[in-house]
Amino acid sequence: MTEDSLDTQTDQKTAAVLPDFRQQVVEFGRETVGNVHCENPFMIAKNVNVYYGDNHAIKDVTLEIGKKQVVALIGPSGCGKSTFLRCLNRMNDSIDIAKITGEITLDGTDIYSKAQDPVALRARVGMVFQKPNPFPKSIYDNVAYGPRIHGLAGDRAELDSIVHSSLERAGLLNEVKDRLDDPGTSLSGGQQQRLCIARTIAVNPEVILMDEPCSALDPIATARIEDLMDELCEDYAIVIVTHSMQQAARVSKRVAYFHLGHLIEVDDTDKVFTNPQHKLTEDYITGRIG
Amino acid sequence: MNSKLTTAEKVQAGLARRRRKEFLFRLSGMLATAVGIVFLMVFFATLIGKGASAFKQTFLLLDIELNEEVLAPDGELDLAYADFDSLVRAALRKEVADVSGRSERRELNRLVSIGAGYQLRDFVMQNPELLGTTQPMWVPAASNIDMLVKGNIDASLDESLRQLSDRQIGWVEELRSADRLKSKFNTALFSNGDSREPELAGIKGAMMGSFFMLLVTISLSFPIGVAAAIYLEEFAPKNRLADLVEVNINNLAAVPSIVFGLLGLAVFINWMALPRSAPLVGGLVLTLLTLPVIIIASRAAIKAVPPSIREAALGIGASQMQVVFHHVLPLAMPGMLTGAIIGMSRALGESAPLLMIGMIAFVVDVPGGFTDPATALPVQIYLWADSPERAFAERTSAAIIVLLVFLLLMNLAAVLVRRRMERKW
Repeated sequence: MTEDSLDTQTDQKTAAVLPDFRQQVVEFGRETVGNVHCENPFMIAKNVNVYYGDNHAIKDVTLEIGKKQVVALIGPSGCGKSTFLRCLNRMNDSIDIAKITGEITLDGTDIYSKAQDPVALRARVGMVFQKPNPFPKSIYDNVAYGPRIHGLAGDRAELDSIVHSSLERAGLLNEVKDRLDDPGTSLSGGQQQRLCIARTIAVNPEVILMDEPCSALDPIATARIEDLMDELCEDYAIVIVTHSMQQAARVSKRVAYFHLGHLIEVDDTDKVFTNPQHKLTEDYITGRIG
Repeated sequence: MNSKLTTAEKVQAGLARRRRKEFLFRLSGMLATAVGIVFLMVFFATLIGKGASAFKQTFLLLDIELNEEVLAPDGELDLAYADFDSLVRAALRKEVADVSGRSERRELNRLVSIGAGYQLRDFVMQNPELLGTTQPMWVPAASNIDMLVKGNIDASLDESLRQLSDRQIGWVEELRSADRLKSKFNTALFSNGDSREPELAGIKGAMMGSFFMLLVTISLSFPIGVAAAIYLEEFAPKNRLADLVEVNINNLAAVPSIVFGLLGLAVFINWMALPRSAPLVGGLVLTLLTLPVIIIASRAAIKAVPPSIREAALGIGASQMQVVFHHVLPLAMPGMLTGAIIGMSRALGESAPLLMIGMIAFVVDVPGGFTDPATALPVQIYLWADSPERAFAERTSAAIIVLLVFLLLMNLAAVLVRRRMERKW
């Protein structure tokens, strides 16, 4: 009850745009519906709350992420899906005012425990960002950076083979193999994003987080990256934030719908898109809110 | 009425007014720029007009007899005490007719600089085998003769109103007609330290003093400034204390430089007992002065590094220090270096704080190290501008020209460094 009244204040703007929205929330509540559990959970978030100062950005989210599957986080802008994603590799640590409660485990160990070094965590949980952000270095150095700082390659030949295989798996090798010394920034947007993916998988992480990886790309580049995700999910657990419901439907096995910090509904992708259980989910995927 | 007009017509109606406004705005901008350029031209024109002549100096050609009996009356030559001046005087007396009496001889002797004796001594030191011969030699004329030749002394004035007597002017004419007078490049200006005699005064001492000082300043203020900027931007928690530090750094950048001089006097000289007038202390004071400038410029450069690069590195698992040293610093370096060079050029032009730590002393010797007594270029300019001799006026302008050339070179270096390093990425 108190929480609802708090929300009324913060959500006034949204409520003004959507007059019937308040009612629905009251009708359906905000407990997660569907199935947060999965077979062989690899990353488990339990009762996660995130506060940015006074702003309660993530509210009591529980979600399991399985191995070898793509989980898509969808929801309107500002619903907390990116914030939640950044909790999974502690990228929020660098924000002074961010405070996180609850528990997130990776393969059984608490990633927020004092013993966990965020540097070691990020080697296991890689991240691809919304805007392609290659380093202003050569293509080779971009991919080699992670293995270098983590000391993954014993010698130059081993590093070469890591760089080549990573570029190959990212589907970029054929396009750049003759110009590995060119700056990474000289590539096109789609190529840059695949370079960023190659850079991420060069460290051989166990989980890859993708924060709207295709939002800055054209449909052809997007299709290539989606194909790439299909291949990558054979080895990695992938969590992707996306604004495109078509993309979520195409690439993901499970979908989680976030709304104003609450995880509203999680389930298998085809279930959510064909038969959403929550009114809010239905409104969003049918285009009534968002 | 108005409502019947179409949008296009309404736009058309206001167009002339908009164009006029735009024209006036451009005009005022051009005028403002023109005013600036005019002032700059006037500044350069007067400076070069007054200072250019200082790069030339009048010399006299004398046939000097290296008389051993005068130099070594006891048969033993002691260079420190040998009377080279009288050889110069004797040579001068041979060049002019009718000199009679002590006072006339004294007047004649004032035509030649006392530097002639030193020059002769150095010559004999290097060529001792030439003793006993007669050598033709160009020796510097006294500064008043130089001024007369350069037209800075008006010969038409009454004798009592000018520095030179009628007789002296007559002798100069005599020497000139005998081709014994010549204007040559003033090497003394660049190879000598300060002197009471304008024709012997040079800026080498001041340049070396400035050089040692800037060496101390850059080697301290750049690493300290960059380290402080990195800490404040990347590691320090953003809280009240950080805000307080930021406000104070910005404040320090605006503190009058003389205050830093007083601080240097109290801390470095009185408390730490470092030598006075030393480039070391000057450099330390200028370090304090340039630190805020460098910190502010470096912080701005660090802030300008796109956060996406930081995130990319963090996302791969780089530690915060790796993020800073592998990504942020290389990208921020051009901005940091530009800030450092601008700070250095400010330090090069500072005089006020140096007055407080004794670098205004009259120092003849060219400093050879960090603790030798020294002065600096801007202080030298101040000292010369304060001197009564006519010849120091042009030397003041010349010293300003040299300082400006150095500033120009440093600022040019800042631009080049920036271009070069930015192209790399």
